[in-house]
Amino acid sequence: MALDTAPKGWRSFARYSMLTIVALFILFPVYTTVIAALKPGNKVLDNPLLPNAFTLDVLKNAWTGGRLGRYLMNTTIVAFIVTSVQLVTSIASAYAFSFLKFPLKRLVFGIFLSTMLVPLEVTLVVNRRTIDSLGWLNSFQGLTVPFIATAFGTFLLRQVFMQIPPDLREAAQMDGLGHWGFMKEVAIPLVRPTLGALGLFSFLASWNQYLWPSLITTEDDMNTVQTGLRHLASSDLDKPNLIMAGTIIAAVPILIVLVVFQKQLVRGLTAGAVKG
Amino acid sequence: MAIKSRRLREIPLAMAMLGPSLLVLITFVLYPLGKAVWLGQQMCDVQGKNCKSVGWGQYTNVIKSDQFQHALWVTVKFAMITVPIGLALGVGLAVLADKQLRGMRFFRTIFSSTIATSVAVASLMWLFLLQPSVGVLANLGWLHNIFPVIKEPGLLNDSGTALWSVGISSIWANLGFTFILVTAGLQSVPKEMHESAYVDGAGGWMRFTNVTLPLISPTLLFTTVVLTSRAFQAYGEMDLLTNGGPIPQDSTTSVTYLIYGSSSIIKNNAGLQAAVAVLLFVILLALSALQFRGFGKRVHYGS
Repeated sequence: MALDTAPKGWRSFARYSMLTIVALFILFPVYTTVIAALKPGNKVLDNPLLPNAFTLDVLKNAWTGGRLGRYLMNTTIVAFIVTSVQLVTSIASAYAFSFLKFPLKRLVFGIFLSTMLVPLEVTLVVNRRTIDSLGWLNSFQGLTVPFIATAFGTFLLRQVFMQIPPDLREAAQMDGLGHWGFMKEVAIPLVRPTLGALGLFSFLASWNQYLWPSLITTEDDMNTVQTGLRHLASSDLDKPNLIMAGTIIAAVPILIVLVVFQKQLVRGLTAGAVKG
Repeated sequence: MAIKSRRLREIPLAMAMLGPSLLVLITFVLYPLGKAVWLGQQMCDVQGKNCKSVGWGQYTNVIKSDQFQHALWVTVKFAMITVPIGLALGVGLAVLADKQLRGMRFFRTIFSSTIATSVAVASLMWLFLLQPSVGVLANLGWLHNIFPVIKEPGLLNDSGTALWSVGISSIWANLGFTFILVTAGLQSVPKEMHESAYVDGAGGWMRFTNVTLPLISPTLLFTTVVLTSRAFQAYGEMDLLTNGGPIPQDSTTSVTYLIYGSSSIIKNNAGLQAAVAVLLFVILLALSALQFRGFGKRVHYGS
């Protein structure tokens, strides 16, 4: 209230000061990480708040010696497989629920619905055994297959499909447009923005997975970026600059993805939150 | 007649389109849930093979055990630390940045930025801040002279500060997410609402509590539910920062860590792991039902 009555100049000055202080607090861990990653080992602990030395060797070393390059490649492969297959399965099942007529539709829909209530943490005890019995430990199949279909994606797309008036489908059918044509010409163009948000979300979720890969990966060659960082942190704790360099290498690709797909991110995050 | 035949004619197509999803969801979501319920009353060897039923009493034993109750309490404390503080900070930041001023985009980008960190990235950044020998804070002489706990035994190794330290790392990592959600909520509040309240003489704080908060209550509910379920499923932070420790108090052994953690007491007992996992499922279900019911009445969804 005091701010409300204060002159305008002072009010924005107070706001900018607070914004700046908060921003500095939030960026503090990032700052210490970056300067540590750019220092040679003997300088890291000298003065942890000042960039008093500079080298790119640590980053290079994390990429090759710390194997971050390998981990990044694994994660990229996993995230791309999961995302693209998830989009296909979600479109297919959402389309079937929206435009096809078949018996037991409600039951099948109920099965999909029920899977949304089951948290990942509950299923992994048994999933690890399943993956083990399939011989898929330390493999891309093990890292991807459990996640290539989601009820969430199906529901998200179905909601959009349901906005298409049934008459339109009937009319298209009269004109001889089959399901394949209708899907390509009408349904998919309509959900394209939603697909963007869904794709981004699957990608992020898959990229950031931690618990599952740590359960089924025992060979260093199959580590994802997240479990690779864990490996790095446990084997090289005496080289904090190397660990921080690895952390930066792991974070930068996602930072780029988020900057490029900002719009999809906000759309996706708020899809469930803001209504009406 | 035509409709009936269409119902049957489209069966093969429906099976082709739903089959793959259905197969995956059943194999990796529903079957493991059912199997975990069954496994929860079994005892297996260390490899997790040769399981024998020992009776449903195993669930009661788990519920009664000190380890489970302790882990549940740790998890509840963790949620009580991270959810209210994280939500309050997110709302505070969003309100602070909700003004058309020059340079605001820059601040919004910074406030959103932690959404780009995975749990491993965020935890390791904080490990480097908090770790007692190679950490940043421990190597600032003046700071650990004031707060000796930073160096001896270290914030992550002291049973009094470990959970708070993990919590702060987690709050930081979730702040970008909360900020983006609340900002979107604020932007959906019609400007006229504020103006008419202003004309009516409502001050800044009055406008915030009487106009803004009720209007963004659906966003706040959604954010609370997501943050709470994240807190109850937190694992990576504990695994990387504390390994569930410090020992012997196990101050950061959450329920999820108790199931999967590499230093968990039941890590080689598939039956007990499954039982705890099933109990976690029940707790999470009850919790979200409770949250929607409790808040649902007070949430303002507009007209």
